Amino acid sequence: MSWPEFWIVVLRVILTFGLLLVVTILNVWAERKILAKMQSRIGPSRAGPYGILQTLADGMKLFFKESITPRKVELGMYVLAPFLAVIPAFLIFMMVPWGRPFMIGDHEVTLQGADLNVGLLFILAMSSMAVYAVILAGWSSGSTYPLIGGVRATAQAISYEAAMGLAMVAVVMFSATQGDGGTLSLAEIVERQSGTWGDLSPALQPVLQFVPRWNVFPQIVAFVIFFIAIVAETNRAPFDLVEAEQEIVGGFHTEYSGIRFAMFFLAEYINIFSMSAIAATLFLGGWNGPTFDGVLPGFVSAVLPTIYFLAKTYFLVFLFFWLRATLPRLRYDQLMQLGWKRLIPGALGWLIVSTLVISFRQFGPPWS
Amino acid sequence: MIVSAGYYMALAAALFVIGALGMLLRRNVLVMFMCIELMLNAVNLTLISAGRALNDLNGQVAVFFILVVAAAEVVVGLAIIVAIFRRRSTASIDELSELRG
Amino acid sequence: MTFSAWISEPINWIFLLVGLVVLASGFRVVTAKNVVHAALLLVAALAGTAGLFLMLAAEFVAWVLVLVYIGAVIVLFLFGIMITRAPTGQDEGLDSEKKVVPALLSVGVFVLMAWGSIDAFGTTLVGATGDPISTELIGESLLGRFVIPFEVVSFVLLAALIGSITLARKDLTPIEEEEGRRV
Repeated sequence: MSWPEFWIVVLRVILTFGLLLVVTILNVWAERKILAKMQSRIGPSRAGPYGILQTLADGMKLFFKESITPRKVELGMYVLAPFLAVIPAFLIFMMVPWGRPFMIGDHEVTLQGADLNVGLLFILAMSSMAVYAVILAGWSSGSTYPLIGGVRATAQAISYEAAMGLAMVAVVMFSATQGDGGTLSLAEIVERQSGTWGDLSPALQPVLQFVPRWNVFPQIVAFVIFFIAIVAETNRAPFDLVEAEQEIVGGFHTEYSGIRFAMFFLAEYINIFSMSAIAATLFLGGWNGPTFDGVLPGFVSAVLPTIYFLAKTYFLVFLFFWLRATLPRLRYDQLMQLGWKRLIPGALGWLIVSTLVISFRQFGPPWS
Repeated sequence: MIVSAGYYMALAAALFVIGALGMLLRRNVLVMFMCIELMLNAVNLTLISAGRALNDLNGQVAVFFILVVAAAEVVVGLAIIVAIFRRRSTASIDELSELRG
Repeated sequence: MTFSAWISEPINWIFLLVGLVVLASGFRVVTAKNVVHAALLLVAALAGTAGLFLMLAAEFVAWVLVLVYIGAVIVLFLFGIMITRAPTGQDEGLDSEKKVVPALLSVGVFVLMAWGSIDAFGTTLVGATGDPISTELIGESLLGRFVIPFEVVSFVLLAALIGSITLARKDLTPIEEEEGRRV
């Protein structure tokens, strides 16, 4: 690897990291503001214009607060758990392409932390690691409510991961028909969603030429299942039984305070953003969109894809906030029923349907 | 110069032996289960390094099958352990000798 | 090849480091008194193994290992430990008394296996670089040559699923059975 390439990799990682941090800090503020509007309150309004610096102020406060360590904790794991929450959350976002590749001299810079051949598998692996933070925090706290939260989290994560994975499989299979062979690389999956559906079907050209070639249109069922599953995976309302305040005080982070609590809090918001980003990448075409090359100045059309990506992701993030403001928390048995009796059979059924359609289109009807 | 496949396999052998030793010495059902996983992974490592050394795909395919079967085994095994715990609260394998003839 | 020549390569440093992590955590799994600690050390051992897979250019299998083992199997272990209220503290007197014979036996087996593999493959060098076997080839092999084992394995999984549900279900009392209620 030559030196310019090395610096490009460093640049990519730093840019991705920076983007994630900035949007996460904004997300915390955005959620409070949006929830406040939905409940006819004002929300944070003191720190900075519209209270936009509220998160920083809260962060400073938590940073300088004492991190109380209860006497009955298992110290090593108690300290380790917050880090385990943050690291997978960051690594997941490293796989997401968040802008169109551009050239510096004769070196191509892809706006993505890293492009693995098996990117989707990596994302699944990392999102399944996230449960360790919760279960370890719950267990090592040496207290009853955190333990209940930890056990709930495990069952929930295992149940909804299956549905999430199956929905991903359906997309990967569909995406394989859109280009040359199957792929698990997110950059490739995004590129296969460029253009409109009109390019493919001449008969319906007049109607379909305005419909972008996103996977969400043929894979709408997979999208719905995937979205419900990621809401459950990130332990957000209405699936926030892990930290249900009214039932188990605060769940797994009851015994945490100060900067350690802040890390759990941060991890939750990073996860919301990265998971929404993955949903946007898989189903909503990632950074694809009209860039008006040649019409607009070059700089603008280079930045537009990133704006499209952020707009799509923020739409999904907004859905997360909306759900929290609208729906009451599910009961534990309802959670399990939804996961095992609705989502997983639904995802399997959709997988079969979509396989049949794909093979029908590729090989013709079986009687021929 | 790079690592030779034989060293990977020697490492796998060491891991396997550690797992086997655990099976022989420990009497806690859950720990014994974990030792089985260690041994299975040592075998996986051997298969992968042999596949790499011989430039053969089938090593990885075999590992894939081992992973699937191991997952099935853990599911059933843990279900049995949970059922046992429900009846009698012990972790020792020696006390589970009802079926001895 | 002398040891000093071997150790001067960075890749061998990585191999040694990862190998030591794997062996040390594997050893601690076996000796740990606390079941939860054992499970977490097993995570370390498996993560190290996945790292070695990556060094052997088996990308797909490495991440499947992380996904299936670290992400599901050990989480299940922890779940099992926590819902059964298993004795997670010290469990003295649970271990076998006779330690000498198994230890000698294990060392013997290790020497035999290590000697055999270094004798057979000691000169076959494998690098982390070079052409990795692609996921596509594995997929084609699984659904081509190995399609029947693949289907059989899927039946094994189904059987395991049904079996574990049957085992884990609470038995119904006669009254409940009469009412047809599930608990």
